[in-house]
Amino acid sequence: MEELARIVPYFGTHNPKAARSIVIAIMLLAPIAALGVGPAWVRILDFALLYVMLAVGLNLVVGFAGLLDLGYIAFYAVGAYTWAFLASPHFGVHLPFWVVLPLGAGFAALAGVILGFPVLRLRGDYLAIVTLGFGEIVRIFMNNLNHPINITNGPQGINMLDTLHIFGWDISKRVAITDDFSINPLLFYYYVFLGFVVLSVILVKRMQVSRIGRAWAAIRDDDLAAKAVGINLRNCKLLAFAMGATFGGVAGGLFGAFQGFVSPESFSLMESIIVLAMVVFGGMGNIGGVIVGALILSWLPEVLRSYAVPMQTAVFGHVLLDPEILRMLVYALALIFMMLLRPAGLMPAHSRYSKPELVLGKGGKGAEVQA
Amino acid sequence: MIKLLEARGIHKRFGGLQALTDVSLSINKGEIYGLIGPNGAGKTTFFNVLSGAYTPESGEFVFSGSELPYGEPHKIVQRGIARTFQNIRLFRELTALENVMVGHHTRSTAGLFGILLQRKHVREEERLVTERAFELLRYVGIERFANTVSKNLSYGDQRRLEIARALATEPQLLALDEPAAGMNATETSHLRTLIETIRHDGVTVLLIEHDVKLVMGLCDRVAVLDFGKKIVEDVPAIVQKNAAVIEAYLGGAHA
Repeated sequence: MEELARIVPYFGTHNPKAARSIVIAIMLLAPIAALGVGPAWVRILDFALLYVMLAVGLNLVVGFAGLLDLGYIAFYAVGAYTWAFLASPHFGVHLPFWVVLPLGAGFAALAGVILGFPVLRLRGDYLAIVTLGFGEIVRIFMNNLNHPINITNGPQGINMLDTLHIFGWDISKRVAITDDFSINPLLFYYYVFLGFVVLSVILVKRMQVSRIGRAWAAIRDDDLAAKAVGINLRNCKLLAFAMGATFGGVAGGLFGAFQGFVSPESFSLMESIIVLAMVVFGGMGNIGGVIVGALILSWLPEVLRSYAVPMQTAVFGHVLLDPEILRMLVYALALIFMMLLRPAGLMPAHSRYSKPELVLGKGGKGAEVQA
Repeated sequence: MIKLLEARGIHKRFGGLQALTDVSLSINKGEIYGLIGPNGAGKTTFFNVLSGAYTPESGEFVFSGSELPYGEPHKIVQRGIARTFQNIRLFRELTALENVMVGHHTRSTAGLFGILLQRKHVREEERLVTERAFELLRYVGIERFANTVSKNLSYGDQRRLEIARALATEPQLLALDEPAAGMNATETSHLRTLIETIRHDGVTVLLIEHDVKLVMGLCDRVAVLDFGKKIVEDVPAIVQKNAAVIEAYLGGAHA
C-alpha cells in the first residue's frame, strides 16, 4: 500500500493517506473520464493495464532476480495462443476463462522453465542473447505451424476468439440501462483488468518480502555469495523464470479475449523491448515505478498518434513524420534522458525485501531505510 | 576430542598448477583452528574446495561422521559449514538486516504457495526470521545499521555483517577467510573478541589469516600450508619454532 502513495511525488511522502486515496480515485475514475473524451481512450487504458501486468511480471525476472530477459513477450504469446486454441472456433473448443487462463499461465510457466534450463549458467549479455533467440523462436513457431498440420493458422492468425464470459455474463456486450443510455463494455474490461493487475501486484509484493524474494535479490547482487549461504541457484532461477512467465501468460490470455484475434506479429522482438523499456524507465525492482513506467510508455505513443497527424497538417500542411516513427523517437529520447538524468529510473527502487516493523513495531525507531 | 571435520588427501589442480597436494588435516569440535601460509600457498583454494565451489581431483571431507558432497555448495551449507570471503561479498542492494535474513534461507521452509497465500505458518516464520536476524546483528554489534543498505556500511562493519550472515545459516563450523584483512588495530581486537565469543557459543572456527599475531594468540591449533602442501600442524607455540615454517615465511637463509 505504501507504494501507492509513493507514486505521487512529494505529496506521497508527506501525506501518504491522502495521496493513496487520490491514486485509488484516479484508478477507479480514469476510464470514465477517458470515455468522455472518446471510447478509443478507454481502449488505450485497457491495453495500458495489460502492459502493466507484463511489466510487473518482467520486473520480477529482471528487477528482482537480475536475469535480463529479452524474449519476455514469448510468454504473452503462449498465453494468448492458449486462449486462441481453447476458446475459439479454430479447433471448435470453447472452454470458460477459469479453465483457460490458469492453463495459459501454466503453459507459460512451463515455457519459462524450458527457457530457464539452458540459460542457468549464463549471465548478462549472453543471457540476453539467448532469451532474445527464444522469443524469436516462439514467434517463428506461431508463424509456421500451419503446415503440414494447421495448428496456429500461420501469419493470418486466429480469429473470432471467445470474449470474456464471467459466469455467463459476456463482458464485451453493452449493458443497456435505459433506452438511450448504455455502459460501454470497454469499461468492464478496464475493471476486470484492473482486478488482475491489483491481484498481480499483491502476489508479487508477497513474493518480494519473503524467503524467495530475498533469495532472488541475493542471486542478483552476488551469485557466488548466494551459493555460499546455501541458496540453490538452479531452483531459484527456474522459479523466477516460471513466475515471471506466469504473469505474462495471464496477460496474454486476457489480451486474446479482449482483442478477439491473435497473430504472430503482436509478439515481435519490439514488444519485448518495449516492456523492458517500461521496467527500466520506471525503475527496475520497484513495483510502483514499473507501473508508472508502463502507464506512461503505453499512453505516450497513443497521444502522439492522435495529435501528431492533425498538428503536423495544421502547421506544415502535410504530415512530415509518421506517428510510428515519432513513437520510436520519443521512446529513444525518453530512455536516453532517463539514463542521463535518473539512471536508476523514474522512481529508483525503494523496494525492500523485509519488514523490520514485524519486530520493531509500527513506526519503530530506525525502521526507515537508510540509503 | 571429537573430530568435527577431517580432510583426507585433498588434491586440487588448475591446469599445470598443483594447488593442493595431499592435504590432510582434522579439526576438533569446539576449537579455533588456524590455517596459515604465504601468499599463493593454497589456503583459499582449500576453502573453496571445502565449501563446494571447486571439486577436488581426489580426496574427501568427512564432516561430523559422514562424507561431504562435492559441487553442491547449498548442500554443504545445509550440513553446517558456513564461510566468509577474503574480499567481502555482501548483497549490496539489500540492507544489513536483509543480508542476515538471506542467511536463514536453508533454515527456513516457506514454500511458494504458502507465501502467495500468506499462510499463518509463513507469516510466523517471517517474523521469527526477522527477529533472529536482529539478534545476530546485535551479536556482532551492528544492530544500529539494521536498515542501512549494506554497500554503504563501513569496511569493518561489512566484515561483521558477513560473519553475521554466515552465522545465520546456523553452522557447526564457521570458516573465515582473512577476516582481519585491512582492519586497523582496534578493529582487529574487536574481531578477536567476536571470534572468541562465537567459539564460546559452540561454533567451531576455521580461520585463514595473514596476521600471525592474531592467529598465534587466538588459535588452539594451526596448520601451515606452503606450495599446496601441509608442512606442519600443531599448537601455535610449536609451529612458531618449526624450521620449515620459518623457512617458508622468511626464506632459507634464516633456517
